[in-house]
Amino acid sequence: MKVLVAVKRVVDYNVKVRPNGDGSDVEIANAKMSMNPFDEIAVEEAVRMKEAGTATEVVAISLGEAACQDVVRTALAMGMDRGVLVETDARLEPLTVAKLLAAIVKREQFDLVILGKQAIDDDSNQTGQMLAALLGWPQGTFASHVVVDDDRVQVTRETDTGSQTLSFKLPGVVTSDLRLNEPRYVKLPNIMKAKKKHLEKITPLELDVDISTHLETIAVAEPTQRSGGIKVSDAKELVDKLRNEARVI
Amino acid sequence: MTVLVIAEHNNSELNAATLAAITAATQLKDAVNLLIAGSGCSSVAEAAAKVQGVSRVLLADAPAYEHQLAENVAPLVVRLAEGHTHLLMPATTNGKNLMPRVAALLDVAQISDIIAIKSTDCFQRPIYAGNVIATVQSKDSLKVVTVRATAFEPAIAEGGNAMIDQVEASGDLELCRWERDDVTESTRPDLAQAEVVVSGGRGLGSAENFQLLEALADKLGAAIGASRAAVDAGFVSNDLQVGQTGKVVAPKLYIAVGISGAIQHLAGMKESKVIVAINKDEDAPIFQIADYGIVGDLFDILPALSAELDRSVN
Amino acid sequence: MQRESMEYDVVIVGGGPAGLTAAIRLRQLAMAQKKELSVCVLEKGSEIGAHILSGAVIDPCSLDELIPDWREQDTLLTTEVSHDQVYFLQNKERAWQIPTQFVPASMQNRGNYIASLGNLCRWLSERAEALEVEIFPGFAAAEVLYGEHAEVAGVITGDMGLAEDGSKKPSFEPGMELRAKYTLFAEGARGHLGKQLIANYQLDAGAGAQHYGLGLKELWDCDPQKHQQGLVIHGSGWPLSESGSGGGFFLYHHENNQISVGLIVDLNYQNPHVNPFEEFQRLKQHPLLKDYLTGGRRVGYGARVINKGGFHALPTMHMPGALLIGCDAGTLNYAKIKGTHTAMKSGMLAAETVFDALSEDEQGGKDLQAYAERFKASWLCDELYRSRNFGSALKKWGLYLGGAYNYLDQTLFGGKFPLDLQDDREDRETLKEVADCKQINYPKPDGVISFDRLSSVYLSNTSHEEDQPCHLRLQDRDIPLVINLGHYDAPEQRYCPAGVYEIIEQGEGPQLQINAQNCIHCKTCDIKDPNGNITWMTPEGGGGPNYPNM
Repeated sequence: MKVLVAVKRVVDYNVKVRPNGDGSDVEIANAKMSMNPFDEIAVEEAVRMKEAGTATEVVAISLGEAACQDVVRTALAMGMDRGVLVETDARLEPLTVAKLLAAIVKREQFDLVILGKQAIDDDSNQTGQMLAALLGWPQGTFASHVVVDDDRVQVTRETDTGSQTLSFKLPGVVTSDLRLNEPRYVKLPNIMKAKKKHLEKITPLELDVDISTHLETIAVAEPTQRSGGIKVSDAKELVDKLRNEARVI
Repeated sequence: MTVLVIAEHNNSELNAATLAAITAATQLKDAVNLLIAGSGCSSVAEAAAKVQGVSRVLLADAPAYEHQLAENVAPLVVRLAEGHTHLLMPATTNGKNLMPRVAALLDVAQISDIIAIKSTDCFQRPIYAGNVIATVQSKDSLKVVTVRATAFEPAIAEGGNAMIDQVEASGDLELCRWERDDVTESTRPDLAQAEVVVSGGRGLGSAENFQLLEALADKLGAAIGASRAAVDAGFVSNDLQVGQTGKVVAPKLYIAVGISGAIQHLAGMKESKVIVAINKDEDAPIFQIADYGIVGDLFDILPALSAELDRSVN
Repeated sequence: MQRESMEYDVVIVGGGPAGLTAAIRLRQLAMAQKKELSVCVLEKGSEIGAHILSGAVIDPCSLDELIPDWREQDTLLTTEVSHDQVYFLQNKERAWQIPTQFVPASMQNRGNYIASLGNLCRWLSERAEALEVEIFPGFAAAEVLYGEHAEVAGVITGDMGLAEDGSKKPSFEPGMELRAKYTLFAEGARGHLGKQLIANYQLDAGAGAQHYGLGLKELWDCDPQKHQQGLVIHGSGWPLSESGSGGGFFLYHHENNQISVGLIVDLNYQNPHVNPFEEFQRLKQHPLLKDYLTGGRRVGYGARVINKGGFHALPTMHMPGALLIGCDAGTLNYAKIKGTHTAMKSGMLAAETVFDALSEDEQGGKDLQAYAERFKASWLCDELYRSRNFGSALKKWGLYLGGAYNYLDQTLFGGKFPLDLQDDREDRETLKEVADCKQINYPKPDGVISFDRLSSVYLSNTSHEEDQPCHLRLQDRDIPLVINLGHYDAPEQRYCPAGVYEIIEQGEGPQLQINAQNCIHCKTCDIKDPNGNITWMTPEGGGGPNYPNM
């Protein structure tokens, strides 16, 4: 089983972002960038499959500007076998990323693609589902448990009411939720080894994928600040307000 | 031209989040079609027909849709998309699972988790975990959108009179097999999903005193949360923590008890619809964002509140 | 414990200006002379620059020495100082601008640049990597590794994945031995390994006590109308003068309509009621500063101690197998309030010393006295010597007389006024009993110009793995309540700029709560605790603040 894991370079989850001066984009100059936390979980899952012998080769891919190779290297240091960078300075939407990934999957015949369920920057939660659609593959999204048994995968998914378990025959797409696993710490010698692992660079043009955009971000702003409401004198008044004014109980 | 809303349901009842998506749809167009894809779900269709704002209910009742697997429902939605300008679904787990698949099959973008509609092609949605609100415009002729249910008032569930049209099922692609659903059996709703959250802070003073919150939460069917200070003081376990390093919640009602309201806590609950604060310090920052505040001793107020809820129910 | 190990010719602890400069110079020398030389840099922050905080007005002289063509290569330092203003704040409303002719020469900044030191370090790290330096951010050097002959043989990185109670979590990864022929310690002021080495090898024998100031800084996006790129303002007086404490403030106009504003509070203050964070918040309400900030928006916050001891407090900087460089040794020039060019210079001197030593003898592990000789022969030693009395004079004679002396010494005598002033009381020994001191009532934050501590820490992007042993160790668990609370009203509640220490009433009376996850690695507690009862250890690598442009 060949496994592909897509990793995105995002503003580190500890860094607070804010709109820039003219509200055209977020201000992230010199902010720490990291691998999207959900993608780290996806990488960990793939590496465990390799270690368990269920995966024969595990490959990490990122898409975007040259600096995105940093997160591919991190994935390699975690144990992925080799990396791919689809290099472009263009802004990539989930649909475009899905198309580029689909092109890579078709080129190399992967059996399983694991992605983080969403990126913590644009919070779209789309790419895995879109990739599955483009390939005509089944999808196991928001996975909290994955079992590979020969050519079948059983995926337990987090849902609004609990969990749901699905199974499908490979090939397929899985997106990882927070509880799937706890990613390992990267070891120093593995960082050194990762530098020597193969990292292929390729462009959207070479993959023959149209990367024009469907969406335009017109403005970014801070959420409306809440202002203080009223003080009530006692429990009776509070219950009355909640029931008859706010109507939330 | 009309909007197609895809309903969230469990084959017997219409999920309330759908009502919010219907409201969003009515803001876009006058005509709203509602798709119920399921199995043995005619009661859902009947309920849906009564929702105000719905012009037509499309009922796709087939075994292939029993578990609303995206692999099977997506082709159905794609087939029904023609004649609609927008496809909307609440941003529930199902909505998030299905709609990107639909969008990709239609070769259009998907717009996730919108909280406001600026125009028919322009929407607002939170990014960076809600720290920034983006206004995005779609260039696609068909817009595929998921809707944050708490951001829109629910449509009124009674009084409508839509007709119900049966639509042909697209069949089972047999890509994916449903194995089982495990519904979390808990007396309390999950913190991240609960409609009401009662949260305690260091002001409660001890682990034992958290029982006061439990009594209140029982009456409200609420989940229990806690501030980091309460977790650090060992009153409750870490998984109840709401805030920057804990869970981010946005319930309809958030009651903060003995929580001062450090920004780290606010980061996890400021998107709640209604915030109530109970604190003895009238300068506590929590009051700056609370819709209703009571200044006083929580040990007096909590029992009174529980008693009041009992009294007014009876 | 059996640990994996890796070997380098030189291991450098700390990716600040001193460490990165040393790394670059080592590799420059190796490449110029076509020698094999492996160099690695360990950085406890999540990335290079994450833990770097400085004003900063930077004297580019060392950068000129290190990378002479830096001006052509990049738009690195772009904001040259255009105006210098020095003020004395008489009270919360009045300010007196010191006429230029009376400003000590050391406080004049023509030719210097206003910049983010964190971003300078990011730039240096790219240079270093291009020279094949291995840089490992997110890895803390937790312990010194000693060799058979009690020489420094490298460091051990921190264990990862320990639970709060010290047990191993499933993700546990033991730290590694990084063995080196020579190890350079560049941890910055009050480095926790540097502190151990100074004690172990008695490096401070004969040196004066090291003194520290706690520097607090905020970064503001300001109203473009009020912005004067290149303007540098320094000053002293109110509000610290009210409690008889020492220190000074700065306000620099950076590029992109940004202002950095900060206060350095001398940690030899006596009144335990002093709260450096609140002093800073109060300072910003002074019209001189408030005018620049009004209409703007605070976007960053952080704090870090700086060395003030200068020449008198410099320890011996060499020991078997290792050197102390930069602020780990204490090379900051307090008369200029600048430590970047001096730290970088010490890094270059160390690199040259080590390179020569390894060229002569590949063994390593020697006590490189040559470093002291190189230091003495350099402009760095001369510069520090000339400003040796600046801080002490202010401390000894107060702002007016001390300031007058400094003017005379720095401007007329070029720092060579024939007098040596020293102050040998440690900063932790200066607190008076709370009963003997005046209570200070700080105003409440207005949320516009002044803020509370937790919302400030929020802007430092600080995070630590939650479930790990507390990295702030108490030698004696009773001291905080019996001595600190009883005699000094628990000063750690106030001196910590991140609100890590809290006295909480719970059940059986007051308790000290340590919110270690808020720690911004400033090191104040390691310095100011009256009994030296708090030891700052490294938390899990990658923890701490994430400063973007500080």
